[in-house]
Amino acid sequence: MTPDVTVRERSRHEQLGISDDQALEMYRMMVLARKYDERGLLLQRAGKVGFHVSGIGQEMTQVAAAFALDRERDYFLPYYRDYGFVLSVGVTVKDLMLSIFAKAEDISSGGRQMPGHFGSKRHRIVTGSSPVTTQVPHAVGIALAAKMRKQDIVSYVTFGEGSSNQGDFHEGCNFAGVHRLPVIIMCQNNQYAISVPLAKQTAGQISDRAAGYGFPGVRVDGTDPLEVYRVVKEARERAIRGEGPTLIESVMYRLQPHSTSDNDLAYRTKEEVEQHRANDGLPRFKQYLIDCGIWSEAQEEALVKELLAIINEATAYAEEAPYPHPDETYTHVYAESEGGASNGRY
Amino acid sequence: MAVIEYIDAIRLAMKEEMERDPEVFVLGEDVGVKGGVFTTTKGLYEQFGEARALDTPLAESAIAGVAIGAAMVGMKPIAEMQYSDFMFPAANQIISEAAKIRYRSNNDWNCPVVIRAPIGGGIFGGLYHSQCPESVFFGTPGLKIVAPYTAYDAKGLLKAAIRDPDPVIFFENKKCYRMIKGEVPETDYIVPIGKANVIREGEDITVIGYSLPLHFAMQAAEELVSEGISAHILDLRTLQPLDKEGILEAVAKTGKVLIVHEDNKTGGIGAEVSAIIAEELLHELDAPIMRLCGPDVPAMPISPPLEREFMLNKDKLKEAMRKLAQY
Repeated sequence: MTPDVTVRERSRHEQLGISDDQALEMYRMMVLARKYDERGLLLQRAGKVGFHVSGIGQEMTQVAAAFALDRERDYFLPYYRDYGFVLSVGVTVKDLMLSIFAKAEDISSGGRQMPGHFGSKRHRIVTGSSPVTTQVPHAVGIALAAKMRKQDIVSYVTFGEGSSNQGDFHEGCNFAGVHRLPVIIMCQNNQYAISVPLAKQTAGQISDRAAGYGFPGVRVDGTDPLEVYRVVKEARERAIRGEGPTLIESVMYRLQPHSTSDNDLAYRTKEEVEQHRANDGLPRFKQYLIDCGIWSEAQEEALVKELLAIINEATAYAEEAPYPHPDETYTHVYAESEGGASNGRY
Repeated sequence: MAVIEYIDAIRLAMKEEMERDPEVFVLGEDVGVKGGVFTTTKGLYEQFGEARALDTPLAESAIAGVAIGAAMVGMKPIAEMQYSDFMFPAANQIISEAAKIRYRSNNDWNCPVVIRAPIGGGIFGGLYHSQCPESVFFGTPGLKIVAPYTAYDAKGLLKAAIRDPDPVIFFENKKCYRMIKGEVPETDYIVPIGKANVIREGEDITVIGYSLPLHFAMQAAEELVSEGISAHILDLRTLQPLDKEGILEAVAKTGKVLIVHEDNKTGGIGAEVSAIIAEELLHELDAPIMRLCGPDVPAMPISPPLEREFMLNKDKLKEAMRKLAQY
């Protein structure tokens, strides 16, 4: 008699070594980033904050990449749309809200930088600027330091496809390739550099550029978090084995205008955006989890309620939080110990 | 105490700091196997290995940017720009990044990088191997800028720069490399950043400058003694932050001031030094503030008569100093 055993086919996430709980945690982070982002847009439209720059449509890549890294030890150089990423490595919604309201407690800059300019040494998120792609050589330098110190860590840096035209991208890639440094170079190709579409940014394929620098370039569907997880994980393993950098081009679509200061319908059609909205990775991942039997509409409803409560609380906190004192304008120009040279007052 | 060349003092500072601290390393074009195009890093590759005397690809923004990244995680990189003329591709990394890292992160991150760059002409270098780009970086808060004239200061300021927790640009003068010699202790010492130094005591006029032109000022001062002119000479040493008290004290001593630099006159360091003096000491001056600088032309031409015309020298200094004394 044949034993009555049904062998359940292993799900895609299990095949990648992702537990059910981890898959659900990833989903939670994507929804949290989405809901935070939507609130940011709303706050700007309501006149509560001056500016928001959106990462909607890109959360699947951002969260999956974070989960494929060593979130306790690696160094991160995210770009300004990376809410899903920074939330996944320990930044809180409250931290993001304090930044968007430019309040004193903003962990990234004490209310000095625009929102989206992440930085937190505690989370090994390296402070960033606005001139794009300057962070690529920094990530390479951090990888160089790791190699010199014989640490088994990587640096992970992100930027958009428009930014990949900057000299610093090419100079950084070339340096990393020559010295086989443990850096993962992630281009979030969302098809637009503000208004300029991909076809006017490059005649080639971004992932192909890696060939010129002597290391692998991988193109991945950025709306599929499990695929992104797989390629980032492989890139990290290569780096740790001493095999050098990997360029990843994660293909996605920017569902929102460039920022709250941009009218995207001046350069693209509503139909185009709607077509891509139908391909949004977030509901697809949700359906995947439901199909795996580990998620349900009831759980979804409870999750959204829980996350909105967190966001509401953080919004209220940040709105009420004090601004920096005007004297803060003058602090931290130089190290305080440098007697007298520490501030910008004359 | 040994008398050594200015370039040897720079090399000695790097060697000593690399021996003292394993996190100190140099990177740049030709700094490794070759030991630098001027031999500034000669011997470091042999002593410390290729990882710490790192030959980089020819790309200045990456040299600066990679150094900045390493510095942010606590390394102490010394990034060499082969000529300061080639530093402009790295200007965004230096001005937008290094200078602002502490401020923009609210003191969470810092960037203890040193950018070494040879300045100055008179070496048959033409427009692009002769420039003095100090004024491009000057006036960028968050950066420190030093420009030694003596061998002693070259060693002491470079050691101070390497140990400084903030980014420091070290402008070394390539004409000084072999021409300037001086007593340099073999022991460990630093010259504090932010302090000017009186290199000649005098009563009649004050000359304020930095780097190579001070050599001409010192020669001119010696010759002017026979004309009864006594010159007081202040070496700024640090261009940013300027030693305001040192400047005012030196000017107050004589009431007459000449400011000299090879960088062109308009918008140069001398303009700021003049403004400080005018703001604080105008009524104590016995003569209008004078400046003697490189001319306001794009850069130094190569043909010898043109190069000579551009460069400062002892005679030009002597004439300006005499004129000021006679005012």
